[in-house]
Amino acid sequence: MARVVILGGGVSGHTAATFLAKWLGKKHEVVVVTPNAQWNWIPSNIWVGVGGMSKQEVVFDLAPVYAKGGVVYRQAKALSIHPEGSKEEDKQFVTIEYTGQDKTGESEKITYDYLINATGPKLNFGATEGLGPDVGHTVSVCSAEHASHASDKLDELIAQMKSGEEKRILIGTGHGMCTCQGAAFEYTFNVDHKLREEGVRDKATITYISNEYELGDFGVAGMHIKLGGYVTSGKVFAESLYTERDVNWIKRAHVNKVEKGKVHYELLDGSQNEELFDFSMLIPPFGGVGLKAYDKAGEDITSKIFNPGGFMFVDADYSKGGAPYEDWDADDWPSYCQNQTYKNMYAVGIAFAPPHLISKPMKSPNGTPINPTPPRTGMPSAMMGKAVAQSLKDIILNNATEPTHSAKMSEIGAACVASAGKGIFSGSAVAMTMYPIIPNFKKYKYGRDLDGTFGEIGLAGHWVKHFLHFAFLWKAKLKPFWTLIPE
Amino acid sequence: MEIKPYEQNSYTPVPSAFTKFRRNCVPWQFIRFIAINIKMTVLILKSHH
Ligand SMILES: Cc1cc2nc3c(=O)[nH]c(=O)nc-3n(C[C@H](O)[C@H](O)[C@H](O)COP(=O)(O)OP(=O)(O)OC[C@H]3O[C@@H](n4cnc5c(N)ncnc54)[C@H](O)[C@@H]3O)c2cc1C
Repeated sequence: MARVVILGGGVSGHTAATFLAKWLGKKHEVVVVTPNAQWNWIPSNIWVGVGGMSKQEVVFDLAPVYAKGGVVYRQAKALSIHPEGSKEEDKQFVTIEYTGQDKTGESEKITYDYLINATGPKLNFGATEGLGPDVGHTVSVCSAEHASHASDKLDELIAQMKSGEEKRILIGTGHGMCTCQGAAFEYTFNVDHKLREEGVRDKATITYISNEYELGDFGVAGMHIKLGGYVTSGKVFAESLYTERDVNWIKRAHVNKVEKGKVHYELLDGSQNEELFDFSMLIPPFGGVGLKAYDKAGEDITSKIFNPGGFMFVDADYSKGGAPYEDWDADDWPSYCQNQTYKNMYAVGIAFAPPHLISKPMKSPNGTPINPTPPRTGMPSAMMGKAVAQSLKDIILNNATEPTHSAKMSEIGAACVASAGKGIFSGSAVAMTMYPIIPNFKKYKYGRDLDGTFGEIGLAGHWVKHFLHFAFLWKAKLKPFWTLIPE
Repeated sequence: MEIKPYEQNSYTPVPSAFTKFRRNCVPWQFIRFIAINIKMTVLILKSHH
């Protein structure tokens, strides 16, 4: 019997676990270690953040789904990986600490034959003083709880606007090295829509603040699309969207401090600036979740397995990290998500260490890096989870000696639909796709395939987004025919 | 929306009335819905290895 342990039951880990359990059957064991009792379809948190959906509509309990799918569930967080075992334990293992299942605080060792690290991001609000909903002055939509809190705060603001007060709203990235601009972009879009619905749009000034060099960079070095008879930069598309909605923007910004009602930020030109707000949603930078690693003798080998940001090394070409932007290559990106020191270890989704940025690195004259970090959005994250599951199926059942399925970000695409409004005929949306995610200028004139890269605004995207919400929750709950729904 | 010369928003394209109409025209959007789904399916098929 082989045991596969998956750390993290989010988008990528849940995909890997559910497929593996189905393919491996009862002779083998799939264990998920994840601190959350509920699964969250994170993209729909945006709607929760404007009161368009309740928290309950975007989450479900994991225990019954894992019981149905034949997955062993440990509601716990992983603390350390011991890829050589220890003096007392011959087999490789992880240590975990329970966060539920009536064992909160208890520790346990779980041995494994194969390990998948799918622990996603640590929401690093601490990187910017005063950032975040817990100890800071801004709200967040990164978890369902945060989004629900953001919605309450937005309702309070709307009530004040209805009584005639004018308000300033600031949405964007809360640090110079954030990723996930798409979420901030979509939230801006939704807040604008909500204020219009409530009849108070004229009482609000909305400003978008971003670490992008130009709007539409999204951490993927922007994209070109065909639009109105031209091949044009996504910058034009993004700026047009904001202009149409009367949203101002501040770009190339590193937010370095948040006070009550005031954001301090540095621009790429080195200037220090301030922006006032009454309501602000700023995305935090992401880090790894801080797993430690130890060798057989108990020596700390964390830096051998994880990069300084806490993301796990895999089969990427890390030698290009310090090389100039012009020398980067689409081939630098990992194919199999496999750690090269311990080949029975994999990292998928946000948990793997990218070889370098995708956007061009930039620094202000003060030495402050101001550039988006690489996004690993839902579609590639789930694809990586499935590819690793397919490889492990072949290794465990068919005696393959190497991984058999790849999910290289330079060979896979991503789709993003930013949609606002709930009514079938009253919503609006921006639907975007790109192929491939990592631009490849050797292969494509504009870095990407223009047939697979497009952006379009209209009701159709809104229907697509609603369809995706129901389809992905259906799939994650393992309802009939779930395997037919693509990642 | 007020466009002021030399301000940020005076350098961006804005949709014409016809473009706005098309975005909400249900029969046209139904066709686009099918088109977007086909594009996304092709993207998914190209992405699986
Ligand atoms: C507001 C928002 C909107 C978004 N919208 C979109 C969108 O429209 N389209 C899109 O493609 N992507 C979107 N994304 C991105 C998408 O949500 C992520 O790309 C995706 O969730 C990444 O998957 P993951 O498995 O790597 O991480 P996650 O889904 O975050 O899962 C990580 C899991 O690991 C668990 N974990 C954490 N620490 C530990 C530990 N120590 N031990 C064990 N488990 C641990 C967590 O509890 C979590 O369950 C959005 C993100 C945000 C924040």
